[in-house]
Amino acid sequence: MSRAVPPLLRLSGLSKSYPGVRANDDISFDIAPGEVHALLGENGAGKSTLVKMIYGLVAPDAGRMELSGAPFAPPEPRAARAAGVGMVFQHFSLFEALNVAENVALGMDDAPPMRQLARAIREVSETYGLPLDPNRTVGDLSAGERQRVEIIRCLLAGPRLLIMDEPTSVLTPQEVNILFKTLRQLSAEGTAILYISHKLEEIRSLCDTATILRGGKVVGTTDPRARTARELAEMMVGAELRSPARPATAPGPALLEARALSLAPGTAFGPALKGVGFTLHEGEVLGIGGVAGNGQEELLATLSGERPSGPGTLWLGGQDISGLGPNERRALGILGAPEERLGHAAAPDLSLTENALLTGTVRRPLVRRGFIDRRAARAFAEEVIRDFDVRTPGPEVAARALSGGNLQKFVIGREVLQAPRVLVVNQPTWGVDAAAAAAIRQALLDLTGQGAGVIVISQDLEELMEIADRFCALNDGRLSAPRPMAGLTLDEIGLMLGGAHGMHPPDAGPDTGRDTGPDAGPHGLGAASRGAR
Amino acid sequence: MIHLERRRAASRFWTLAVPVVAVLATMLAGAGLFAALGKPPAEALRMIFWDPLLGPNAEYFRGQLLVKAGPLILIACGLAVGFRAGIWNIGAEGQYIVGALSGAAVALALWPAESPLIFPTMVLAGALGGWAWAMIPAFLKTRFGTSEILVSLMLVYVAQNLLAYMAFGPMKNPQGFGFPGSRNLQQYPSAHNAELIAGSGLHWGVVAALLAVIGTHLLMSRHLLGFRIRVAGEAPRAARFAGVSPARLIRFCLGLSGALAGVAGMFEVAGPSGQITDSFNANYGFTAIIVAFLGRLNPWGILAAGLLMALTYIGGDLAQLMLGLPAAAIQAFQGMLLFFLLAFDLLTQYRIRWKGART
Amino acid sequence: MTLGGIDLIALTATLMVSSTPVLLAALGELVVEKSGVLNLGVEGMMIMGAIGGFAAAVMTGSPAVGFAAGALAGMGMALLFGVITQILLANQVATGLALTLFGLGLSALFGKGFEGIRPPQTARIDFGGLADLPVLGPILFSHDWVVYFSLFAVGAVGLFLSRSRAGLILRAVGENHDAAHALGYRVVAVRLAALAFGGAMAGLGGAYLSLVRVPQWTEGMTAGAGWIALAIVVFAGWRAGGVLLGAYLFGGVTALQLRLQAAEYAIPVQLLSMAPYLITIIVLVAISALHARGRQAAPAALGRSFHASR
Repeated sequence: MSRAVPPLLRLSGLSKSYPGVRANDDISFDIAPGEVHALLGENGAGKSTLVKMIYGLVAPDAGRMELSGAPFAPPEPRAARAAGVGMVFQHFSLFEALNVAENVALGMDDAPPMRQLARAIREVSETYGLPLDPNRTVGDLSAGERQRVEIIRCLLAGPRLLIMDEPTSVLTPQEVNILFKTLRQLSAEGTAILYISHKLEEIRSLCDTATILRGGKVVGTTDPRARTARELAEMMVGAELRSPARPATAPGPALLEARALSLAPGTAFGPALKGVGFTLHEGEVLGIGGVAGNGQEELLATLSGERPSGPGTLWLGGQDISGLGPNERRALGILGAPEERLGHAAAPDLSLTENALLTGTVRRPLVRRGFIDRRAARAFAEEVIRDFDVRTPGPEVAARALSGGNLQKFVIGREVLQAPRVLVVNQPTWGVDAAAAAAIRQALLDLTGQGAGVIVISQDLEELMEIADRFCALNDGRLSAPRPMAGLTLDEIGLMLGGAHGMHPPDAGPDTGRDTGPDAGPHGLGAASRGAR
Repeated sequence: MIHLERRRAASRFWTLAVPVVAVLATMLAGAGLFAALGKPPAEALRMIFWDPLLGPNAEYFRGQLLVKAGPLILIACGLAVGFRAGIWNIGAEGQYIVGALSGAAVALALWPAESPLIFPTMVLAGALGGWAWAMIPAFLKTRFGTSEILVSLMLVYVAQNLLAYMAFGPMKNPQGFGFPGSRNLQQYPSAHNAELIAGSGLHWGVVAALLAVIGTHLLMSRHLLGFRIRVAGEAPRAARFAGVSPARLIRFCLGLSGALAGVAGMFEVAGPSGQITDSFNANYGFTAIIVAFLGRLNPWGILAAGLLMALTYIGGDLAQLMLGLPAAAIQAFQGMLLFFLLAFDLLTQYRIRWKGART
Repeated sequence: MTLGGIDLIALTATLMVSSTPVLLAALGELVVEKSGVLNLGVEGMMIMGAIGGFAAAVMTGSPAVGFAAGALAGMGMALLFGVITQILLANQVATGLALTLFGLGLSALFGKGFEGIRPPQTARIDFGGLADLPVLGPILFSHDWVVYFSLFAVGAVGLFLSRSRAGLILRAVGENHDAAHALGYRVVAVRLAALAFGGAMAGLGGAYLSLVRVPQWTEGMTAGAGWIALAIVVFAGWRAGGVLLGAYLFGGVTALQLRLQAAEYAIPVQLLSMAPYLITIIVLVAISALHARGRQAAPAALGRSFHASR
């Protein structure tokens, strides 16, 4: 990008504090028209706060913004949109019970009549290769389609700057390719894009400039194509991180087996599980990948016993356990940790001691004749805090007072210390800082070293590549046949995630056919980024 | 501009202080209300809060205090357990009526036989009656997902009509000279829930209320089931993950509150009230909702709140007699108290900050 | 046309009158719930509307002033609820109960001097010869303006919710308040406006009860009508047309029950008086059993507090 062009957006000295956190500290950089500008940083680096200030959701404490040379201080999103700034959120701001056109209309300040709007949506969706039916209810759409609703909503306003917050976290690699094509077309037409991500290869393939945030400060602005992923990662993390050490054990005998397990949707717009089958062996990590909303929560719920499946569908060492509830399964050694930390894995307003009681009463002597042994519960909580390095003033602190990473360490630690035979975790390191993520992955691997079987459900392919022995993909409630992780290429994973399943009999040997080539593609999670972890 | 900031943990100070502040605020607002009605506010407040305890003739009123507080505490303890779990039984009034009808039915069926077993059987029948009435919304909720709020409330009106039907029909005293209402159980020694200490107001229902307070305390703060009830209310998904069955919890909470309300009704009909009439119920089932919240859903808090609420009943009667304060004023006063409590409750979870700019 | 001693045409005409209070209140509550707020205080707002409307009509001699006052009284109660739940973030279920208890007490207090008085009569609209038409005349052309207003309101609320932009925003707030906030809509303002409307409708319904339907003031005269309005919203699947159907069904049961009492069947009065409440329960069960299989029609954010953090 030529620096001669006057900047579209100039940020100078932007700062924003929340009680106890300096979210943004003296942030300055420019975005040129048509530039694809990456905002790179770990969770909690201050990316979200920064874009919320640009979009008028949060007012900066200090500093100024200029849009095309004029002062820019949107008091609310409406003003930002009027000035030509559009934003696609990471967690979509969509209304599931409303249809596509209604959702789009809500994001516009002067929406045309519905029929006209529906026509405009069709036109834009064709122009940018994002097919979408304006009359469909949003609750029925896939994550990728929902994102299209948000993008089209922004595009209809003809923005000069489009902010995209972690847009690929919900997409399959193939969907990512479609998105990138759209973004490049927009950029060629002169629309600037502020692209927020922590995925290094994505940024290297798409962006012209990258601004790297760490701890709320700009630690560098660079051309991402001129840097290796490792360099970028080190700037982002600020230190080199160890890869988890894996105990060398051969997978043991079969432990947990699902046979044609089906489950009706739990919520109005939720997915169903359809004929899921797999075998988990002792001492292995079975990785289950997939885009959010394809049945991950349902799978965890049915394995943990929260929503038991039909008879004969789940077996533990020859025993049919399909009808057992969560605590009966805990007694047999099947433990779990759901994705949602606050409200599902832990009760937000209860103390850590009480949260230790939540799942710990079956395998630990925390209850005597129905009455709670407070001292034992507290000791158990303290043990988790100590062994898993949970940063907290003490076990009597409410769960919601902990940071995401610390609470996740507590949740995983609570289950790991109960010596499970099978541990099922969903998104074990989502929203967790890199050091805590590494510790959690290590703990999971250590469990397999002790002969336990671990099922890791994750949307982070990098994570699965790092710790899983075998991989299968969950798509629309169906589980593909597991395949050994080693030797699996990213395109193959992409096809599995996209629903090309059922081509292999369950637990067939490695690679019985398709070979789509080793090209890692633009969304790549190549060796460099993995090495940096 | 005022800005609310969520506390990292609920404030212990405000948890205890909010009920006190709410009572004081209600006194202030109540004084305004009384003044607007043309009654001397200070005198009215003194009559409601002071005279029944320490004023002239307090002897008589002190006994009334336990009589009124007993059913309130008994019902509120059961309701509080359910409210903690997010299960809203607001039909305690109906369960109270059906409990009284069941208890009275046993006595009237056995009249005039005398046996020490009659009274315990009546207690059991009262509990069963209230339990069964509460199991209707529980069953409909677990089987069909029907709102327990609406069903339990509708059943109050059904129970009221049932009560009237019984008082005018099947339970009418054959020797009552045509007046509606049942035989007076106070004149039936085996069924009479008499005062245990003369003039104290202490009857078996008050003893049961104290036992309910202790039992609820043990359940909610010491027992695993109470812990699970709390989790279910605070984080329903976490409770299911911990192995709590929502259906069982609904049956337990509604059943318990129904049984306690039923027992309260039975003690009332066999004791202070004495007979089934169409106006037997005195809104205890609804006032107990206020008692439960004012006591912060905590059994010891409910004990204090029940006594305070009983005081306003008695004081209200006194003010009605002496100042001509309408009976309804006390009802409005109690409603106001719940409002202030809910409004000030904000302080336990949020900090209030003043801020110049918009957020 | 009579059936078992009951005149069906007169029954239909009475049905429309006896349904009007719950129809108005339920329409108001429909809009409130569509915005994501569960106000269980309908009973309290209705009874305040009943006494407010009654008192104003008696004192001024004008039913119109009475209806306006009833609506204002209901609105005032609703805004009290709004401040406590939307600004002070109190639990909506508990606050709704408080509103009902408070309203019942306060109305009894204000109503002390108004017992046993007859209010000024609300005139029927004169349709001339149309009222003499057989069958249609008594059913369609023999009512006061409030009945016609309530029917108009059904259409207006239905169109507002499904067609207008303001209605779309209101539904959006009720579906997902965080997303609506992120798009820059004022969640609390929308909800307060919806509450004010709901309160006014409930107050109007209450005033109709004391000024036309009964017509006099007695303590606790709403007798659960507010709760039935809440049940009708559920029955209606959160649709205006369904509210009309539900209200008329309930009104029909009430009217029929009163006719049966008058016809002196050998059924005790108290058992007949249970009928509206029992029917409401049965209908609620039927509806929830139906919905258990399909999609929940309730607004997704119903009853949840909104606090814009960060």
